[in-house]
Amino acid sequence: MASLITCPHCGVRPKEEFTIRGDAGPVRPAPEAKFAAWDAYVHLRDNRRGRMAEHWQHSGGCRRWLVVERDTFTHEVHGVTDAADHARARAAKPAKARSSKAAKPATAAKTARKPGAGRGKA
Amino acid sequence: MRHIRGVGRVMKYSAFSIFKQGLSGNSGWRPAWREPEPKKHYDVIIVGGGGHGLATAYYLAKNHGITNVAVLEKGYLGSGNVGRNTTIVRANYLLEGNEPFYSHSLRLWEGLEQELNFNAMMSQRGVINLYHSDGQRDAYARRGNAMRLAGEDAELLNREQVRELVPFLDFDNPRFPVHGGLMQRRGGTARHDGVAWGYARGADMRGVDLIQNCEVTSIRREGGRVVGVETSRGFIGCNRLGLAAAGNSGRVAEMAGMRLPIESQVLQAFVSEGIKPFIDQVVTFGAALFYMSQSDKGGLVFGGSLDLYNSYAQRGNLATVESVMEAACAMVPSVSRVKVLRAWGGVMDMSMDGSPIIDATPVEDLYLNCGWCYGGFKATPASGWCFAHLLATGETHELAKAFRLDRFTRGYQIDETGHGAQANLH
Repeated sequence: MASLITCPHCGVRPKEEFTIRGDAGPVRPAPEAKFAAWDAYVHLRDNRRGRMAEHWQHSGGCRRWLVVERDTFTHEVHGVTDAADHARARAAKPAKARSSKAAKPATAAKTARKPGAGRGKA
Repeated sequence: MRHIRGVGRVMKYSAFSIFKQGLSGNSGWRPAWREPEPKKHYDVIIVGGGGHGLATAYYLAKNHGITNVAVLEKGYLGSGNVGRNTTIVRANYLLEGNEPFYSHSLRLWEGLEQELNFNAMMSQRGVINLYHSDGQRDAYARRGNAMRLAGEDAELLNREQVRELVPFLDFDNPRFPVHGGLMQRRGGTARHDGVAWGYARGADMRGVDLIQNCEVTSIRREGGRVVGVETSRGFIGCNRLGLAAAGNSGRVAEMAGMRLPIESQVLQAFVSEGIKPFIDQVVTFGAALFYMSQSDKGGLVFGGSLDLYNSYAQRGNLATVESVMEAACAMVPSVSRVKVLRAWGGVMDMSMDGSPIIDATPVEDLYLNCGWCYGGFKATPASGWCFAHLLATGETHELAKAFRLDRFTRGYQIDETGHGAQANLH
Protein backbone atom coordinates (compact mmCIF):
# COMPACT_ATOMS: atom_id res chain seq x y z
CA MET A 1 0.00 0.00 0.00
CA ALA A 2 1.11 3.54 -0.57
CA SER A 3 3.22 4.61 2.39
CA LEU A 4 2.01 8.20 2.13
CA ILE A 5 -1.62 9.25 2.20
CA THR A 6 -2.79 12.73 1.30
CA CYS A 7 -5.27 13.84 3.93
CA PRO A 8 -7.53 16.59 2.52
CA HIS A 9 -7.01 18.52 5.75
CA CYS A 10 -3.45 17.74 6.85
CA GLY A 11 -1.63 17.07 3.59
CA VAL A 12 0.79 14.22 2.98
CA ARG A 13 1.07 11.94 6.01
CA PRO A 14 2.46 8.44 6.67
CA LYS A 15 -0.25 5.79 6.39
CA GLU A 16 0.45 4.56 9.94
CA GLU A 17 -1.44 7.65 11.15
CA PHE A 18 -4.64 6.27 9.65
CA THR A 19 -7.04 3.59 10.85
CA ILE A 20 -8.99 1.60 8.27
CA ARG A 21 -12.62 0.98 9.16
CA GLY A 22 -13.70 -0.86 6.00
CA ASP A 23 -16.09 -0.80 3.06
CA ALA A 24 -17.72 2.59 2.54
CA GLY A 25 -20.22 1.10 0.11
CA PRO A 26 -23.06 0.06 2.44
CA VAL A 27 -25.29 2.97 3.44
CA ARG A 28 -27.27 2.72 6.66
CA PRO A 29 -30.94 2.26 5.75
CA ALA A 30 -33.72 4.37 7.21
CA PRO A 31 -34.91 3.09 10.60
CA GLU A 32 -38.20 1.98 9.05
CA ALA A 33 -36.59 0.33 6.01
CA LYS A 34 -37.59 -3.21 5.08
CA PHE A 35 -35.87 -6.17 6.77
CA ALA A 36 -34.11 -7.13 3.54
CA ALA A 37 -32.45 -3.71 3.33
CA TRP A 38 -31.10 -4.02 6.87
CA ASP A 39 -29.96 -7.59 6.26
CA ALA A 40 -28.05 -6.50 3.16
CA TYR A 41 -26.53 -3.52 4.97
CA VAL A 42 -25.30 -5.59 7.91
CA HIS A 43 -24.20 -8.76 6.10
CA LEU A 44 -23.72 -8.51 2.35
CA ARG A 45 -20.68 -7.01 0.64
CA ASP A 46 -19.63 -6.38 -2.94
CA ASN A 47 -16.14 -7.49 -1.90
CA ARG A 48 -14.76 -6.46 -5.25
CA ARG A 49 -11.28 -7.01 -6.54
CA GLY A 50 -10.23 -3.63 -7.85
CA ARG A 51 -11.19 -0.11 -6.84
CA MET A 52 -13.11 0.17 -3.61
CA ALA A 53 -14.21 3.07 -1.42
CA GLU A 54 -13.22 2.66 2.21
CA HIS A 55 -13.78 4.53 5.43
CA TRP A 56 -10.52 5.57 7.03
CA GLN A 57 -10.01 7.75 10.06
CA HIS A 58 -7.02 10.03 10.36
CA SER A 59 -6.69 8.87 13.95
CA GLY A 60 -3.13 10.14 14.35
CA GLY A 61 -3.92 13.52 12.85
CA CYS A 62 -7.05 15.61 12.40
CA ARG A 63 -9.28 12.64 13.45
CA ARG A 64 -11.62 13.34 10.53
CA TRP A 65 -13.32 10.41 8.83
CA LEU A 66 -12.22 10.06 5.23
CA VAL A 67 -13.21 8.02 2.22
CA VAL A 68 -10.17 6.52 0.54
CA GLU A 69 -10.46 4.97 -2.86
CA ARG A 70 -8.07 2.07 -2.96
CA ASP A 71 -7.41 -0.86 -5.25
CA THR A 72 -7.82 -4.10 -3.30
CA PHE A 73 -5.49 -5.98 -5.62
CA THR A 74 -2.64 -3.53 -6.28
CA HIS A 75 -3.11 -1.66 -2.95
CA GLU A 76 -2.76 1.58 -4.91
CA VAL A 77 -4.54 4.60 -3.42
CA HIS A 78 -6.43 6.63 -6.01
CA GLY A 79 -8.08 9.36 -4.03
CA VAL A 80 -8.93 10.67 -0.57
CA THR A 81 -12.08 12.64 0.24
CA ASP A 82 -13.52 13.92 3.47
CA ALA A 83 -16.35 11.55 4.45
CA ALA A 84 -18.80 14.44 4.78
CA ASP A 85 -18.04 15.61 1.23
CA HIS A 86 -18.34 12.03 0.04
CA ALA A 87 -21.75 11.65 1.69
CA ARG A 88 -22.96 14.93 0.19
CA ALA A 89 -21.79 13.89 -3.27
CA ARG A 90 -23.53 10.56 -2.83
CA ALA A 91 -26.76 12.17 -1.59
CA ALA A 92 -26.76 14.43 -4.66
CA LYS A 93 -26.84 11.39 -6.92
CA PRO A 94 -30.14 9.70 -7.72
CA ALA A 95 -30.93 6.71 -5.52
CA LYS A 96 -30.78 4.24 -8.40
CA ALA A 97 -27.14 4.94 -9.25
CA ARG A 98 -26.32 4.90 -5.56
CA SER A 99 -27.52 1.41 -4.77
CA SER A 100 -25.97 -0.39 -7.72
CA LYS A 101 -22.21 -0.28 -7.25
CA ALA A 102 -20.17 0.71 -4.24
CA ALA A 103 -17.14 2.06 -6.06
CA LYS A 104 -18.96 4.45 -8.36
CA PRO A 105 -19.93 7.20 -5.90
CA ALA A 106 -16.34 7.32 -4.70
CA THR A 107 -15.15 7.99 -8.22
CA ALA A 108 -17.62 10.84 -8.50
CA ALA A 109 -16.58 12.28 -5.15
CA LYS A 110 -12.95 12.11 -6.08
CA THR A 111 -13.41 14.36 -9.05
CA ALA A 112 -14.91 16.95 -6.74
CA ARG A 113 -11.71 17.03 -4.75
CA LYS A 114 -8.53 15.80 -6.41
CA PRO A 115 -6.25 13.54 -4.35
CA GLY A 116 -3.50 16.13 -4.11
CA ALA A 117 -5.83 18.98 -3.18
CA GLY A 118 -4.87 18.93 0.49
CA ARG A 119 -1.23 19.35 -0.26
CA GLY A 120 -1.41 23.14 -0.52
CA LYS A 121 -2.70 23.44 3.02
CA ALA A 122 0.04 21.35 4.60
CA MET B 1 -2.05 -51.06 -9.37
CA ARG B 2 -4.52 -49.64 -11.84
CA HIS B 3 -4.21 -48.59 -15.44
CA ILE B 4 -5.16 -44.96 -16.07
CA ARG B 5 -5.17 -43.34 -19.47
CA GLY B 6 -2.13 -41.09 -19.93
CA VAL B 7 -0.32 -42.17 -16.79
CA GLY B 8 -0.03 -45.89 -17.23
CA ARG B 9 0.11 -47.79 -14.02
CA VAL B 10 -0.45 -45.84 -10.82
CA MET B 11 2.41 -46.42 -8.46
CA LYS B 12 1.86 -47.38 -4.88
CA TYR B 13 4.21 -45.46 -2.65
CA SER B 14 5.99 -47.45 0.05
CA ALA B 15 9.35 -47.81 1.76
CA PHE B 16 10.05 -50.60 -0.71
CA SER B 17 9.31 -48.38 -3.72
CA ILE B 18 11.74 -45.74 -2.40
CA PHE B 19 14.39 -48.41 -1.94
CA LYS B 20 13.78 -49.86 -5.40
CA GLN B 21 13.81 -46.47 -7.10
CA GLY B 22 16.94 -45.54 -5.20
CA LEU B 23 18.74 -48.50 -6.68
CA SER B 24 17.68 -47.58 -10.21
CA GLY B 25 18.69 -43.92 -9.96
CA ASN B 26 15.18 -42.67 -9.24
CA SER B 27 14.42 -42.84 -12.95
CA GLY B 28 11.25 -44.88 -12.62
CA TRP B 29 8.96 -42.40 -10.84
CA ARG B 30 5.89 -41.47 -12.83
CA PRO B 31 3.71 -38.36 -12.60
CA ALA B 32 1.28 -38.57 -9.70
CA TRP B 33 -1.66 -37.50 -11.86
CA ARG B 34 -2.64 -37.03 -15.50
CA GLU B 35 -2.92 -33.72 -17.31
CA PRO B 36 -6.08 -34.29 -19.33
CA GLU B 37 -7.71 -32.01 -21.87
CA PRO B 38 -11.09 -30.82 -20.61
CA LYS B 39 -14.07 -32.82 -21.86
CA LYS B 40 -17.15 -31.06 -23.24
CA HIS B 41 -19.35 -31.99 -20.32
CA TYR B 42 -19.06 -33.29 -16.77
CA ASP B 43 -21.57 -34.40 -14.15
CA VAL B 44 -19.89 -32.12 -11.64
CA ILE B 45 -17.41 -29.30 -12.07
CA ILE B 46 -15.57 -27.95 -9.06
CA VAL B 47 -14.03 -24.50 -9.37
CA GLY B 48 -10.83 -24.30 -7.36
CA GLY B 49 -8.03 -26.86 -7.26
CA GLY B 50 -6.99 -26.23 -3.70
CA GLY B 51 -7.34 -28.47 -0.69
CA HIS B 52 -11.11 -28.19 -0.44
CA GLY B 53 -11.80 -28.59 -4.17
CA LEU B 54 -9.51 -31.61 -4.48
CA ALA B 55 -10.89 -33.21 -1.31
CA THR B 56 -14.40 -32.68 -2.65
CA ALA B 57 -13.51 -34.38 -5.92
CA TYR B 58 -11.88 -37.24 -4.05
CA TYR B 59 -14.89 -37.87 -1.81
CA LEU B 60 -17.32 -37.48 -4.71
CA ALA B 61 -15.54 -40.37 -6.38
CA LYS B 62 -14.88 -42.43 -3.28
CA ASN B 63 -18.02 -41.95 -1.18
CA HIS B 64 -20.57 -41.37 -3.91
CA GLY B 65 -19.14 -43.12 -6.97
CA ILE B 66 -19.35 -39.95 -9.09
CA THR B 67 -16.22 -39.92 -11.21
CA ASN B 68 -17.25 -37.84 -14.23
CA VAL B 69 -15.88 -34.82 -12.38
CA ALA B 70 -13.52 -31.99 -13.29
CA VAL B 71 -11.59 -29.73 -10.95
CA LEU B 72 -10.76 -26.43 -12.65
CA GLU B 73 -7.78 -24.52 -11.30
CA LYS B 74 -6.69 -21.15 -12.64
CA GLY B 75 -3.04 -21.70 -11.66
CA TYR B 76 -1.42 -24.94 -10.60
CA LEU B 77 -2.90 -27.37 -8.08
CA GLY B 78 -2.50 -26.11 -4.54
CA SER B 79 -1.32 -22.66 -5.61
CA GLY B 80 -3.80 -20.83 -3.39
CA ASN B 81 -4.38 -20.93 0.33
CA VAL B 82 -3.61 -24.61 0.80
CA GLY B 83 -0.02 -23.71 -0.03
CA ARG B 84 -0.01 -20.49 2.00
CA ASN B 85 -1.14 -21.44 5.51
CA THR B 86 0.63 -22.37 8.73
CA THR B 87 -0.34 -26.07 8.52
CA ILE B 88 -2.14 -26.30 11.86
CA VAL B 89 -4.67 -29.07 12.42
CA ARG B 90 -6.96 -28.90 15.46
CA ALA B 91 -10.55 -29.28 16.59
CA ASN B 92 -10.84 -26.89 19.52
CA TYR B 93 -14.07 -25.05 18.80
CA LEU B 94 -16.70 -24.01 21.30
CA LEU B 95 -20.01 -23.94 19.48
CA GLU B 96 -22.25 -26.84 18.55
CA GLY B 97 -22.46 -25.81 14.91
CA ASN B 98 -18.70 -26.04 14.56
CA GLU B 99 -17.17 -28.62 16.88
CA PRO B 100 -18.69 -31.87 15.51
CA PHE B 101 -17.62 -30.82 12.00
CA TYR B 102 -14.02 -30.11 13.02
CA SER B 103 -13.99 -33.23 15.17
CA HIS B 104 -14.89 -35.30 12.10
CA SER B 105 -12.20 -33.46 10.18
CA LEU B 106 -9.55 -34.35 12.76
CA ARG B 107 -10.59 -37.99 12.65
CA LEU B 108 -10.24 -37.97 8.86
CA TRP B 109 -6.80 -36.37 9.23
CA GLU B 110 -5.75 -39.21 11.51
CA GLY B 111 -6.34 -41.84 8.84
CA LEU B 112 -5.56 -39.70 5.82
CA GLU B 113 -2.08 -40.86 4.92
CA GLN B 114 -2.98 -44.55 4.92
CA GLU B 115 -6.14 -43.84 2.99
CA LEU B 116 -4.44 -41.73 0.34
CA ASN B 117 -1.17 -43.69 0.30
CA PHE B 118 0.56 -40.33 0.48
CA ASN B 119 2.85 -38.87 3.12
CA ALA B 120 1.05 -35.78 4.43
CA MET B 121 3.50 -35.57 7.35
CA MET B 122 0.65 -35.54 9.84
CA SER B 123 2.18 -34.83 13.22
CA GLN B 124 -0.07 -34.89 16.29
CA ARG B 125 2.26 -32.84 18.42
CA GLY B 126 -0.44 -31.08 20.42
CA VAL B 127 -1.87 -27.57 20.35
CA ILE B 128 -1.61 -25.37 23.45
CA ASN B 129 -3.65 -22.18 23.85
CA LEU B 130 -2.08 -20.09 26.60
CA TYR B 131 -4.16 -18.16 29.13
CA HIS B 132 -3.02 -15.14 31.05
CA SER B 133 -5.85 -14.24 33.39
CA ASP B 134 -8.54 -15.84 35.53
CA GLY B 135 -11.23 -14.84 33.05
CA GLN B 136 -9.32 -16.37 30.18
CA ARG B 137 -8.79 -19.57 32.18
CA ASP B 138 -12.52 -19.83 32.80
CA ALA B 139 -13.22 -19.27 29.11
CA TYR B 140 -10.78 -22.02 28.16
CA ALA B 141 -12.21 -24.37 30.79
CA ARG B 142 -15.60 -23.83 29.19
CA ARG B 143 -14.19 -24.40 25.73
CA GLY B 144 -12.39 -27.54 26.86
CA ASN B 145 -15.61 -28.88 28.34
CA ALA B 146 -17.48 -28.15 25.12
CA MET B 147 -14.80 -30.01 23.17
CA ARG B 148 -15.03 -33.02 25.48
CA LEU B 149 -18.81 -33.05 25.18
CA ALA B 150 -18.32 -33.34 21.43
CA GLY B 151 -16.01 -36.31 21.95
CA GLU B 152 -12.72 -34.45 21.48
CA ASP B 153 -9.74 -34.47 23.81
CA ALA B 154 -9.01 -31.36 25.83
CA GLU B 155 -6.91 -30.79 28.90
CA LEU B 156 -6.58 -27.69 31.04
CA LEU B 157 -2.92 -27.31 31.99
CA ASN B 158 -1.73 -25.23 34.93
CA ARG B 159 1.33 -23.04 34.88
CA GLU B 160 3.74 -25.77 35.96
CA GLN B 161 2.39 -28.25 33.43
CA VAL B 162 2.89 -25.70 30.68
CA ARG B 163 6.36 -24.89 31.97
CA GLU B 164 7.31 -28.53 31.70
CA LEU B 165 6.31 -28.63 28.02
CA VAL B 166 7.34 -25.15 26.91
CA PRO B 167 9.94 -23.88 29.41
CA PHE B 168 11.11 -20.91 27.39
CA LEU B 169 7.93 -18.82 27.50
CA ASP B 170 7.93 -15.48 29.31
CA PHE B 171 6.02 -16.90 32.31
CA ASP B 172 6.61 -13.88 34.54
CA ASN B 173 5.78 -11.19 32.05
CA PRO B 174 4.45 -8.40 34.30
CA ARG B 175 1.55 -7.56 32.00
CA PHE B 176 0.65 -10.99 30.62
CA PRO B 177 1.99 -13.72 32.94
CA VAL B 178 1.36 -17.25 31.65
CA HIS B 179 -1.09 -18.94 34.03
CA GLY B 180 -1.57 -22.11 32.01
CA GLY B 181 -3.03 -23.40 28.79
CA LEU B 182 -5.71 -25.45 27.11
CA MET B 183 -4.18 -28.40 25.33
CA GLN B 184 -5.51 -30.61 22.62
CA ARG B 185 -3.00 -33.43 22.31
CA ARG B 186 -4.44 -34.83 19.09
CA GLY B 187 -4.00 -31.51 17.31
CA GLY B 188 -0.80 -30.72 15.47
CA THR B 189 0.47 -29.97 11.99
CA ALA B 190 0.43 -31.55 8.54
CA ARG B 191 2.33 -30.89 5.34
CA HIS B 192 0.09 -28.39 3.51
CA ASP B 193 1.15 -29.24 -0.05
CA GLY B 194 1.16 -32.94 0.75
CA VAL B 195 -2.52 -32.86 1.59
CA ALA B 196 -3.42 -31.19 -1.72
CA TRP B 197 -1.21 -33.58 -3.68
CA GLY B 198 -2.54 -36.62 -1.85
CA TYR B 199 -6.14 -35.70 -2.59
CA ALA B 200 -5.24 -34.78 -6.18
CA ARG B 201 -3.61 -38.16 -6.76
CA GLY B 202 -6.47 -40.00 -5.05
CA ALA B 203 -9.08 -38.19 -7.14
CA ASP B 204 -7.12 -38.65 -10.37
CA MET B 205 -6.74 -42.38 -9.70
CA ARG B 206 -10.51 -42.62 -9.51
CA GLY B 207 -10.96 -40.89 -12.86
CA VAL B 208 -11.44 -37.24 -11.89
CA ASP B 209 -9.98 -34.78 -14.41
CA LEU B 210 -7.71 -32.21 -12.77
CA ILE B 211 -7.45 -29.30 -15.18
CA GLN B 212 -4.80 -26.74 -14.39
CA ASN B 213 -4.22 -23.31 -15.93
CA CYS B 214 -7.94 -23.13 -16.58
CA GLU B 215 -9.49 -19.96 -15.22
CA VAL B 216 -13.25 -19.69 -15.01
CA THR B 217 -14.29 -16.37 -16.55
CA SER B 218 -18.06 -16.64 -16.31
CA ILE B 219 -20.87 -18.96 -15.28
CA ARG B 220 -23.39 -19.79 -18.02
CA ARG B 221 -26.99 -20.03 -16.92
CA GLU B 222 -30.04 -21.10 -18.91
CA GLY B 223 -33.53 -20.75 -17.51
CA GLY B 224 -32.21 -19.94 -14.05
CA ARG B 225 -30.01 -23.00 -13.75
CA VAL B 226 -26.30 -23.44 -14.29
CA VAL B 227 -25.29 -25.26 -17.47
CA GLY B 228 -21.55 -24.76 -17.43
CA VAL B 229 -18.65 -22.38 -17.22
CA GLU B 230 -16.73 -20.26 -19.69
CA THR B 231 -13.04 -20.74 -19.08
CA SER B 232 -9.72 -19.68 -20.49
CA ARG B 233 -9.78 -23.10 -22.22
CA GLY B 234 -13.28 -22.77 -23.66
CA PHE B 235 -16.78 -23.62 -22.52
CA ILE B 236 -17.22 -26.69 -20.29
CA GLY B 237 -20.72 -27.94 -19.52
CA CYS B 238 -21.88 -29.52 -16.28
CA ASN B 239 -24.94 -30.75 -14.42
CA ARG B 240 -23.84 -29.31 -11.12
CA LEU B 241 -21.29 -26.65 -10.30
CA GLY B 242 -19.45 -26.39 -6.99
CA LEU B 243 -17.48 -23.29 -6.07
CA ALA B 244 -14.54 -23.95 -3.75
CA ALA B 245 -12.51 -20.85 -4.45
CA ALA B 246 -12.09 -19.46 -0.92
CA GLY B 247 -10.15 -16.22 -1.04
CA ASN B 248 -11.74 -15.42 -4.38
CA SER B 249 -15.31 -16.38 -3.48
CA GLY B 250 -16.48 -12.81 -3.99
CA ARG B 251 -15.29 -12.90 -7.60
CA VAL B 252 -16.83 -16.25 -8.52
CA ALA B 253 -20.09 -15.42 -6.74
CA GLU B 254 -20.27 -12.17 -8.71
CA MET B 255 -20.25 -14.29 -11.87
CA ALA B 256 -23.48 -15.85 -10.62
CA GLY B 257 -24.91 -12.48 -9.67
CA MET B 258 -24.64 -13.07 -5.92
CA ARG B 259 -23.35 -10.90 -3.10
CA LEU B 260 -21.94 -12.85 -0.17
CA PRO B 261 -21.58 -12.16 3.55
CA ILE B 262 -17.82 -12.20 3.01
CA GLU B 263 -14.89 -9.81 2.82
CA SER B 264 -11.55 -10.90 1.37
CA GLN B 265 -8.71 -9.92 3.64
CA VAL B 266 -5.01 -10.71 3.75
CA LEU B 267 -3.33 -12.74 6.49
CA GLN B 268 0.44 -12.94 6.74
CA ALA B 269 2.63 -15.78 7.95
CA PHE B 270 6.35 -16.14 8.50
CA VAL B 271 9.08 -18.73 8.72
CA SER B 272 12.47 -18.30 10.36
CA GLU B 273 15.84 -19.77 9.52
CA GLY B 274 16.18 -23.42 10.50
CA ILE B 275 17.21 -23.98 14.09
CA LYS B 276 17.61 -27.08 16.27
CA PRO B 277 14.45 -28.65 17.74
CA PHE B 278 13.06 -25.94 19.97
CA ILE B 279 9.29 -25.93 20.17
CA ASP B 280 7.57 -29.32 20.20
CA GLN B 281 3.94 -28.21 20.02
CA VAL B 282 1.82 -25.57 18.35
CA VAL B 283 1.58 -22.77 20.92
CA THR B 284 -0.84 -19.87 20.69
CA PHE B 285 -0.51 -16.65 22.66
CA GLY B 286 -3.52 -15.57 24.68
CA ALA B 287 -2.53 -11.93 25.01
CA ALA B 288 -2.45 -11.19 21.30
CA LEU B 289 -3.33 -13.08 18.17
CA PHE B 290 -0.12 -15.04 17.66
CA TYR B 291 0.84 -18.68 17.22
CA MET B 292 4.02 -20.62 16.59
CA SER B 293 5.24 -24.09 15.73
CA GLN B 294 8.38 -25.57 14.23
CA SER B 295 8.60 -27.29 10.89
CA ASP B 296 10.43 -30.58 10.42
CA LYS B 297 13.11 -28.60 8.58
CA GLY B 298 13.68 -26.53 11.72
CA GLY B 299 12.11 -23.22 10.74
CA LEU B 300 9.81 -21.54 13.23
CA VAL B 301 6.44 -21.10 11.53
CA PHE B 302 4.36 -18.29 12.98
CA GLY B 303 1.69 -15.75 12.27
CA GLY B 304 -0.63 -13.26 13.83
CA SER B 305 -3.67 -11.23 13.01
CA LEU B 306 -5.07 -10.05 9.71
CA ASP B 307 -3.80 -6.85 8.11
CA LEU B 308 -7.38 -5.69 8.76
CA TYR B 309 -8.30 -4.27 5.37
CA ASN B 310 -9.88 -5.75 2.24
CA SER B 311 -7.29 -7.24 -0.05
CA TYR B 312 -6.96 -9.70 -2.89
CA ALA B 313 -3.17 -9.36 -2.92
CA GLN B 314 -1.17 -12.26 -1.53
CA ARG B 315 1.09 -9.93 0.41
CA GLY B 316 0.71 -7.70 3.43
CA ASN B 317 2.03 -4.57 5.07
CA LEU B 318 5.03 -3.89 7.28
CA ALA B 319 2.96 -2.50 10.16
CA THR B 320 1.44 -5.96 10.65
CA VAL B 321 4.86 -7.61 10.31
CA GLU B 322 6.08 -5.41 13.14
CA SER B 323 3.16 -6.24 15.43
CA VAL B 324 3.56 -9.98 14.78
CA MET B 325 7.27 -9.78 15.63
CA GLU B 326 6.43 -7.89 18.82
CA ALA B 327 3.97 -10.61 19.82
CA ALA B 328 6.60 -13.26 19.05
CA CYS B 329 9.14 -11.60 21.33
CA ALA B 330 6.53 -11.06 24.04
CA MET B 331 5.60 -14.75 24.10
CA VAL B 332 9.06 -16.24 23.51
CA PRO B 333 11.73 -13.61 24.25
CA SER B 334 14.54 -15.85 23.02
CA VAL B 335 13.32 -15.74 19.40
CA SER B 336 14.39 -12.09 19.16
CA ARG B 337 17.73 -13.20 17.77
CA VAL B 338 16.33 -15.66 15.22
CA LYS B 339 16.32 -14.39 11.65
CA VAL B 340 13.13 -14.39 9.63
CA LEU B 341 13.61 -16.18 6.34
CA ARG B 342 10.35 -15.71 4.48
CA ALA B 343 6.98 -14.01 4.79
CA TRP B 344 3.89 -14.49 2.71
CA GLY B 345 0.24 -13.53 2.63
CA GLY B 346 -2.90 -15.48 1.89
CA VAL B 347 -6.30 -14.09 0.94
CA MET B 348 -8.97 -15.10 3.45
CA ASP B 349 -12.70 -15.35 2.93
CA MET B 350 -13.67 -13.54 6.14
CA SER B 351 -17.33 -14.29 6.78
CA MET B 352 -19.59 -12.12 8.90
CA ASP B 353 -19.66 -14.58 11.81
CA GLY B 354 -16.27 -16.22 11.42
CA SER B 355 -17.75 -19.55 10.30
CA PRO B 356 -17.85 -21.16 6.86
CA ILE B 357 -20.62 -21.73 4.32
CA ILE B 358 -21.32 -25.08 2.63
CA ASP B 359 -24.68 -24.77 0.98
CA ALA B 360 -26.83 -24.67 -2.13
CA THR B 361 -27.40 -21.19 -3.60
CA PRO B 362 -30.51 -19.47 -4.95
CA VAL B 363 -29.19 -20.36 -8.42
CA GLU B 364 -30.23 -23.89 -9.32
CA ASP B 365 -27.40 -26.45 -9.50
CA LEU B 366 -24.89 -23.98 -8.10
CA TYR B 367 -23.30 -24.94 -4.79
CA LEU B 368 -21.05 -22.90 -2.57
CA ASN B 369 -18.14 -23.75 -0.31
CA CYS B 370 -16.58 -20.60 1.14
CA GLY B 371 -16.08 -18.33 4.14
CA TRP B 372 -13.31 -20.33 5.79
CA CYS B 373 -11.73 -17.29 7.42
CA TYR B 374 -8.33 -18.46 8.60
CA GLY B 375 -9.46 -21.93 9.59
CA GLY B 376 -9.69 -23.57 6.21
CA PHE B 377 -6.67 -25.83 6.30
CA LYS B 378 -7.71 -28.01 9.23
CA ALA B 379 -11.18 -28.25 7.74
CA THR B 380 -9.97 -29.64 4.40
CA PRO B 381 -11.02 -33.29 4.81
CA ALA B 382 -14.43 -32.62 6.39
CA SER B 383 -15.12 -29.75 4.00
CA GLY B 384 -14.52 -32.06 1.04
CA TRP B 385 -16.57 -34.78 2.73
CA CYS B 386 -19.60 -32.54 3.34
CA PHE B 387 -19.39 -30.62 0.06
CA ALA B 388 -19.19 -33.88 -1.90
CA HIS B 389 -22.29 -35.07 -0.03
CA LEU B 390 -24.10 -31.85 -0.95
CA LEU B 391 -23.07 -32.04 -4.61
CA ALA B 392 -23.96 -35.71 -4.91
CA THR B 393 -27.28 -35.72 -3.08
CA GLY B 394 -28.42 -32.10 -3.11
CA GLU B 395 -28.89 -32.46 0.66
CA THR B 396 -26.89 -30.73 3.37
CA HIS B 397 -24.69 -33.10 5.33
CA GLU B 398 -25.60 -33.51 8.98
CA LEU B 399 -22.21 -32.13 10.09
CA ALA B 400 -22.55 -29.01 7.94
CA LYS B 401 -26.17 -28.28 8.73
CA ALA B 402 -25.26 -25.09 10.58
CA PHE B 403 -23.16 -23.76 7.69
CA ARG B 404 -26.12 -22.44 5.73
CA LEU B 405 -25.89 -19.40 3.47
CA ASP B 406 -29.12 -17.90 4.76
CA ARG B 407 -28.21 -18.19 8.45
CA PHE B 408 -27.32 -14.49 8.58
CA THR B 409 -30.77 -13.49 7.37
CA ARG B 410 -32.44 -15.95 9.76
CA GLY B 411 -30.33 -14.91 12.73
CA TYR B 412 -28.52 -18.23 13.22
CA GLN B 413 -24.93 -17.02 13.06
CA ILE B 414 -22.19 -19.27 14.42
CA ASP B 415 -20.15 -16.57 16.07
CA GLU B 416 -17.31 -18.23 18.02
CA THR B 417 -15.82 -14.96 19.21
CA GLY B 418 -19.04 -13.02 19.71
CA HIS B 419 -17.83 -10.09 17.64
CA GLY B 420 -20.93 -9.60 15.49
CA ALA B 421 -21.07 -8.79 11.80
CA GLN B 422 -17.61 -7.26 11.42
CA ALA B 423 -15.75 -9.66 9.18
CA ASN B 424 -12.18 -8.84 10.16
CA LEU B 425 -12.75 -9.20 13.91
CA HIS B 426 -13.35 -12.94 13.73
